[in-house]
Amino acid sequence: MIPVTAAVAQRHLVRPLKSVELFKQVITRNYHSIRDAAEGGRARIAWCSSLGPAELLRALGFRVYFPENHGAILGSFRASEEFIPVATAHGFSPDICSYLTSDIGAFLRKETPLRTLYGFRGVPKPDVLVYNTNQCREVAEWFSFFGREFKVPVLGINTPHHVPEITVAHISSVVDQINALIPQLEKIVGTRLDMNELKKAVKLSHDACMEWKGILGTAAHKPSPFNFFDGLIHMGPVVIMRGMQDAVDYYKVLRKELDERVRDGIGAVEDEKFRLYWDGMPMWGRIRAHSNLFARFKAGVVASTYCNTWALDKLDENDPIRSMAEAYTSLFINRTEGIKEQYLIDMAKEFSIDGIIFHDSKTCPYNSNTRFGMPMRLEKWFHVPNLVVQGDVCNMRLVSDPQFETGIEAFIERLMLKGVEGGAL
Amino acid sequence: MSKYYAGVDVGSWNTKAVIVDKNLNIVGKSVLRTGADIPGAAKKSFDEALKAAKLRKNRPECIVATGFGRAKVAFVDTTRTEITCHGLGANSFYPASLTVIDIGGQDTKMIHVDDAGRNLHFALNRKCAAGTGAFLEEMALRLDVKLDELDGLASKARKRLKLGSFCTVFTGTEILKLVQDGEKVEDIARGLYASIVMRVSEMGHLEGSIVITGGVIAHNPVLKEVFEEELKVMCLVPPEAEFMGALGAARVALGLDKGVEKKKEKKK
Repeated sequence: MIPVTAAVAQRHLVRPLKSVELFKQVITRNYHSIRDAAEGGRARIAWCSSLGPAELLRALGFRVYFPENHGAILGSFRASEEFIPVATAHGFSPDICSYLTSDIGAFLRKETPLRTLYGFRGVPKPDVLVYNTNQCREVAEWFSFFGREFKVPVLGINTPHHVPEITVAHISSVVDQINALIPQLEKIVGTRLDMNELKKAVKLSHDACMEWKGILGTAAHKPSPFNFFDGLIHMGPVVIMRGMQDAVDYYKVLRKELDERVRDGIGAVEDEKFRLYWDGMPMWGRIRAHSNLFARFKAGVVASTYCNTWALDKLDENDPIRSMAEAYTSLFINRTEGIKEQYLIDMAKEFSIDGIIFHDSKTCPYNSNTRFGMPMRLEKWFHVPNLVVQGDVCNMRLVSDPQFETGIEAFIERLMLKGVEGGAL
Repeated sequence: MSKYYAGVDVGSWNTKAVIVDKNLNIVGKSVLRTGADIPGAAKKSFDEALKAAKLRKNRPECIVATGFGRAKVAFVDTTRTEITCHGLGANSFYPASLTVIDIGGQDTKMIHVDDAGRNLHFALNRKCAAGTGAFLEEMALRLDVKLDELDGLASKARKRLKLGSFCTVFTGTEILKLVQDGEKVEDIARGLYASIVMRVSEMGHLEGSIVITGGVIAHNPVLKEVFEEELKVMCLVPPEAEFMGALGAARVALGLDKGVEKKKEKKK
């Protein structure tokens, strides 16, 4: 039943994972490695978009830094609101990606949380920036800004957009673009690409992604041992450490803990009554608040499109470049509405979902599946209850907390009224 | 001894309280400005409703709070969102499949309910004052008329002016331009209501009977006419439109939504 006062609300329980301590060590080790390379000249630094060709960069010996992760850190620290206006004053619209505006604003102010978190002097100076437009075109403009600032090359893969069925032509285009990157990157590092190193990186990347997929899959159990808000933390290695042994090893430890939870019937939230799905970006500045809010209603947000993005199951060491092209082209975000719709229906069934929360993120239209009638179609045609909430990925000035909370609470009331408590669709 | 139940709707502008008997008849009610002291406004409104019901010494059997300030009301047994409560309140007058449009001071809601008052689907307004009571208040200032004069002015309109409904501030600027162009205040006033209707119409489908609730319709009856004219639909406005949220909360208290309320919740 729904608690009534703030005092009651505080008594909910979100169960923390023990693995979080190891997670911190692993992430810290990775950032220290980048810091030491950047500030001690031990290795070349490549900036890479979050679903860019990280395996190729690692195979060539680059330390790989992900500006989108920096954007998420700024959002989590609620620093974005301070930095976005700086970028806006520099000519970047407040309507474009708030990862971008947060990151560029912080750079213009010469500030970064990496300083206090990992002992950086500033963001690591790149030797090259490599993007993939498979998620959005913003990364190209974002990286171009830094290319101008640091006077270093900006290379990119321009993936075919919003593809229906993936064809040979789509993949061949991306394969050609990856191949074209190789000599340019070789020139920067001064060595030739060793295909065995690339195969090794692709295998490690594949293994981390498969471990991650298995981890997300544990949430199909009732109660779910792992939820969206756990995922937002623990996805770190699969996002910024693909192609590294540390990521694979970490996920094996996390999986063991989750398997134990499944065995013991322990849920991520106490007394799980409702099972929800989150579609779209998180609101990074409200992760803890939202985690607590859902737990207060005994609602497990058990699966999400966002965390699933990095469950890249097409990577294959035996055909590294082609499999990278396929993995990075076939992302959910880069597909047509029909494919997305079927995906959400399948996820709702697989995870016994009672309802979907669609986040309409103001500055991330590419990852807001609310703008072409999807929620209404799912509700009317497939009887999947859902709610559209407005907000943003980093800019918390675009979030109305009372409206969000009332919306979620009313949605839970609706599910109670519908009598789906504890049940599947 | 008769039993009574209470609903308290702590809205962004006004706090409303109703006391009902076991047949959901309102025996006492109160409305006052919410202001900054939410717990105080809730208590005062509740006490006034009790007084109106001549029940000053009797605590109702169950009290339910709703509205944006519901979590701040300490003396209630439980809470429900205004979305659930407006659906239940409207259903108390019109027990049919409804689209309930609640236009409040700071937000607007479209709620689809079944013939038992159960919320089937709902939508909240986008993050903007356009389409809410706050919009009318701001526009009255721009027109240099009192808020409670807008309704009467709009009912005298001859011309069907179209105003923007995207942004309150931009609409304010638009009004200044219309005034400069010599448009009549009456016509502009009607245009304001029409812009609210347009804003509401984009929130979702109108299904079943359409019921308008909330303080804005209670104090601006012309809005019903504008709705009907602009959208070519018939609209219903319940007699206690401003109290629909409080009445829905009282209905939860009364336990009329049994089958949903398995047992009365007691504050722990």
